[in-house]
Amino acid sequence: MATKKLKSTEYLKSLVKTEPAPEEKHRIALLQGNQAVAYGAMDAGVNFFAGYPITPSTEIAEILSEELPKRGGVYVQMEDEIASICAITGASLTGAKALTATSGPGFSLMQEGIGYAKITETPCVVVNVQRMGPSTGMPTSPAQGDIMQAKWGSHGDSPAIVLYPDSVRESYELTIRAVNLSEKYRTCVILLLDEVIGHMREAVTLPDLANVRVISRIKPTVPPHWYKHYDENQKYLSPLASYGEGYRFHVTGLTHDSHGFPTNKPSEAHEMMERLRKKITHNIRDLVQIESREMEDAKIAIFAAGIMSRAAKQAVAQARAEGIPVGILRPLTIWPFPDDAVRKMLRNVDTVIVPELNQGQLIHEIRRLTKDKSDGDLISMQRCDGALITPNEILRKIKEVH
Amino acid sequence: MENIPQKIIHEYLRHDKKFPHVWCAGCSNGIVLGAIIRAIAKMNIDRNDIVMVSGIGCSSRMPVYVDFNTLHTLHGRPIAYATGVKLFKPHLKVIVVTGDGDCTAIGGNHFIHAARRNIDLTVILINNNIYGMTGGQASPTTPHMAIATTTPYGNIEPDFNICNLAIGAGASFVARTTAFHTNEVQNYVRDAIEHPGFSLIEVVSSCPVIYGRLNKKGGPAEMLKHMRDESIPLTAVDKLPKEKVEGKIVRGIIKRVIEPEFCAEYAKLCERVQAMGGE
Repeated sequence: MATKKLKSTEYLKSLVKTEPAPEEKHRIALLQGNQAVAYGAMDAGVNFFAGYPITPSTEIAEILSEELPKRGGVYVQMEDEIASICAITGASLTGAKALTATSGPGFSLMQEGIGYAKITETPCVVVNVQRMGPSTGMPTSPAQGDIMQAKWGSHGDSPAIVLYPDSVRESYELTIRAVNLSEKYRTCVILLLDEVIGHMREAVTLPDLANVRVISRIKPTVPPHWYKHYDENQKYLSPLASYGEGYRFHVTGLTHDSHGFPTNKPSEAHEMMERLRKKITHNIRDLVQIESREMEDAKIAIFAAGIMSRAAKQAVAQARAEGIPVGILRPLTIWPFPDDAVRKMLRNVDTVIVPELNQGQLIHEIRRLTKDKSDGDLISMQRCDGALITPNEILRKIKEVH
Repeated sequence: MENIPQKIIHEYLRHDKKFPHVWCAGCSNGIVLGAIIRAIAKMNIDRNDIVMVSGIGCSSRMPVYVDFNTLHTLHGRPIAYATGVKLFKPHLKVIVVTGDGDCTAIGGNHFIHAARRNIDLTVILINNNIYGMTGGQASPTTPHMAIATTTPYGNIEPDFNICNLAIGAGASFVARTTAFHTNEVQNYVRDAIEHPGFSLIEVVSSCPVIYGRLNKKGGPAEMLKHMRDESIPLTAVDKLPKEKVEGKIVRGIIKRVIEPEFCAEYAKLCERVQAMGGE
């Protein structure tokens, strides 16, 4: 289902040109989620893309193949998704801001490489435009089946930062945020898109480039012989040298000490594992983003991510019009999971409805936080057949429990 | 042998950090490491500009011992990582050290595609005919009917001819030698680093502890002598009768042509696109 590009890049540009350049505050365009990801990536400073064609993510590669050479960035089509994650990791170690984009089958292939980027604390971003699985599944119908894989897909314990937009504009914003967080926390950040959002077109207002906040990795200031590749400060963030800058550091997927050399000592292994864990747990407030709507007086809450929150918002609006006290809580950061916000929601409402396009992944996490509540208070709405849960279905469920 | 003082070799090693090494007594990997260092020392390349990349396996442990930029990656994937490194900073000299299993089994796809792109990587493949690190299982270069821990009744699969594979895939520099012929290893490493394109050097090596023992090939010295006696230079192939060539390890630079190199082509593409201006 190769969607036509509609000369999208030219279109965006022509719109930009019509704006008075100096006072320009924003750019308006009709964009697809995938286009927004590509532009977000470039605005965040991504200058290296390696990928492999897979629907429904391919537009991201197509746009970057056209745009990156103009900016002196690198676009390369690799032989598979495994090679793609490896190439972006290698480029990142050489100083690039690197990104790849894929869908379920490719995301599965990338898992070992994602684990490698995490253990070696190498910044990079993987965009997964989810489609219905398992396996080849339904190319390309929407599903939200990769939520758990995005956290647990690679073997061993590892940190996970996973963002989940619900609109085209937010796809742009969270792509920038994904790149920023990957640079800041030195890890592989995952951006989960729903197929519907990847291919949906919306009129979006993009911020003026001058107003886009871009974060780049901290560079070491010490002389090479003092450099430790994993020398964390209090917040478990550490400077990162690049190959070719005189630091001559070692990178390995083996469990390593703070210099990066392999170790079998339990004390050093513990230190490494703790650093990986704490870089998430000590920065929850910086990492977790949620949207909370109409929750102040709500007795019923809907917890939904991505495209399901769009359906839920409409249902909530209709239910509110009919006087039903219902609100919505939506994670923009799906991992680390917004435990505190969910606990607060569980304390304040009688019923939580969780609509999701899988066989119960989000609800599993909420159940984890709901020890003192009976299961009756949690209503799961699941759909796993390539179609969406409609606002009406959610509204009916709201009325059922009201 | 090129006269490089031991002291200089020592300077290239992370001697205060990562020794003793993991290799078994009698392993060829140290011989190849010595030859690589001598080649680089002789060429006088700034070691800040060298990135040594490897995968997983015995030979792939090499980077941790040398004082370059070093990248020890996943099993089979060093060429894919190296592609990212090289493409982003093409002035770096990227050397991939890999083994027969790492490069031609699990990493076969990356190997042939990097060769096809003709990206300027120097791939040094140390072929010991077996998976040593995992204890002696059959690899794609385990000879027909040889014994490995997973072929107790003899290996019924034919083995890869790695150089032919590289040539078929489009590599522009392909050479083969053995760990016995250390001068050749050193010279080919030099030639390969100088060559602007994808280069492969297959170094036939020995694993006396596992392969040698399972197949009754004798100790390290016997296996090195076998490399000496059972190999012939490429230049002699045409002069010898067919039966004297059969089954021999042919040593030499088998292919060396100058063809468009990937990073250079990409740079040209960028120039062309940027010259087109806005549209």
